Amino acid sequence: MSPANSAPIPAKHSGWVRITHWIVTVSFLLLVFTGIEILMVHPRLYWGDVGNDLTPAWIELPISRNFRHGGWEGKEAFGGGANAPVTEARTFKTFNQNSWGRSLHFLAGWGLVAAGAVYFLAGFVSGHFRRDLLPRFEEMRSRALWADFVEGARRQLRVGKEGPDYGPLQKCVYLGVVFVGLPGEVLTGFAMSPAIAAAHPWLQTMWGGQQSARSVHFLLAVALVLFLAVHVYKVAKSGFRRSMRAMTLGGKGP
Amino acid sequence: MSKLDSLSRRRFLIGGGAALGGMMLPGCSRTPLPPTYGSILRVSDNLTYLAQRALLPGQSLSREYTLGDISSFPAIGAVTPGEPGARGYCEPYRDLQRRGFEGWRLSVDGAVDRPGSYSLADLKRLPARSQITRHTCEEGWTAIAEWTGVPLSRVLLAAGMRPSARCVCFHTYDSDLVDSIDMLDALHPQTLLAYGMNGRDLLIRHGAPLRLRVETQIGYKSRKYLRRIEVRDTFDDQGGKGFPAIGWAWYTGI
Repeated sequence: MSPANSAPIPAKHSGWVRITHWIVTVSFLLLVFTGIEILMVHPRLYWGDVGNDLTPAWIELPISRNFRHGGWEGKEAFGGGANAPVTEARTFKTFNQNSWGRSLHFLAGWGLVAAGAVYFLAGFVSGHFRRDLLPRFEEMRSRALWADFVEGARRQLRVGKEGPDYGPLQKCVYLGVVFVGLPGEVLTGFAMSPAIAAAHPWLQTMWGGQQSARSVHFLLAVALVLFLAVHVYKVAKSGFRRSMRAMTLGGKGP
Repeated sequence: MSKLDSLSRRRFLIGGGAALGGMMLPGCSRTPLPPTYGSILRVSDNLTYLAQRALLPGQSLSREYTLGDISSFPAIGAVTPGEPGARGYCEPYRDLQRRGFEGWRLSVDGAVDRPGSYSLADLKRLPARSQITRHTCEEGWTAIAEWTGVPLSRVLLAAGMRPSARCVCFHTYDSDLVDSIDMLDALHPQTLLAYGMNGRDLLIRHGAPLRLRVETQIGYKSRKYLRRIEVRDTFDDQGGKGFPAIGWAWYTGI
């Protein structure tokens, strides 16, 4: 490295981190793409076990022509009373590309689960999680965190020595993505499956029902997309080519 | 119970056991995997199918709810196949509907010792089952209803399903599409031929006079407007009339 170049050196990543990083990246982008398509087919979200066009939603998203379409006819009640459940027949021709959308979502899900499993195993065995991602005790004092937060707005990714050297906030965010965000997406995804929920009902009840799992699935996806935006911004800011080289070919860059 | 009944029951148990055994051992190449039509999405669907069959315990029951949980229920897809010009219009169905479904019969044939047909009264004479279950639509919504009908396994028993059976196909009035399920789902205790919904006769929009309920899969596997059941020894896409041919997943446990 030339002495004139004072830019920070990106972290050095091991081979399995680099490979799984990109499999997860491609899978995640496909999951977001197909996830948006699937949400467009029914852009309403609910809490509990039940939710459909004839029951109230907590949010309705104006992301396809299916948003608040009025094409229903032949309202008929099951039983008496003002609050009796009803049935209506749909006359509206809905947007629906779920034939390939759902299957591509699950194909990408296989990629995420397979790469994620390798990453988890290697992360624990190699000590990567403990050494590089677990914040040290002194890093978690409020003053240190505040300093990291203030500095983080300006500061670029830290200088790598033998491995990645992340700041405490960065560690917390990565831990959140690795241990909460992505596993949460897989678990809420499983929870929505009729076959898996029949075999393991707790997977569904732990979220408060099938539609709650769907809502959490959506909210976690929003959080992960926000993370991706900040992540790409940070990578670009700290030297895009170097960081990309470190996460693809490996090594510390030129 | 008559001697004939107990004999056919034993045969049925042996047949069912052999069919399930075939399902459990994909290595034996008797698993009726649907064709992929050269699509990686269908390969992924099959991977999901094999994984769920290998990892999930046999025939777990889907959660059953109470009467108070019954919810509003949208009717989608074909809802008036007896009306000329409507989606799924079918002249024989129109004629049956005009006669109040008098003369409607369900054919059961294929790999059975006693092929034949059943009137609605015949089916109602077989032991009935009622279950309050959740319908999970591929679009993303859910609804809870009480379904009353005869378990498909009882009808297969009556028809003398052969041990070589691997797959049960469903022909309907509203579409040329011929769908099928494997024996594990066909013999699932909650897989019903339903003639009642929420304590009354099935409404036309929900598949009158008889529809299928497959509670461990996504809603579109629960075909409406049944006319014929065909038991087969191998998976058959009926000359491209199954879901894989039109781009949808055949197995939808997720």
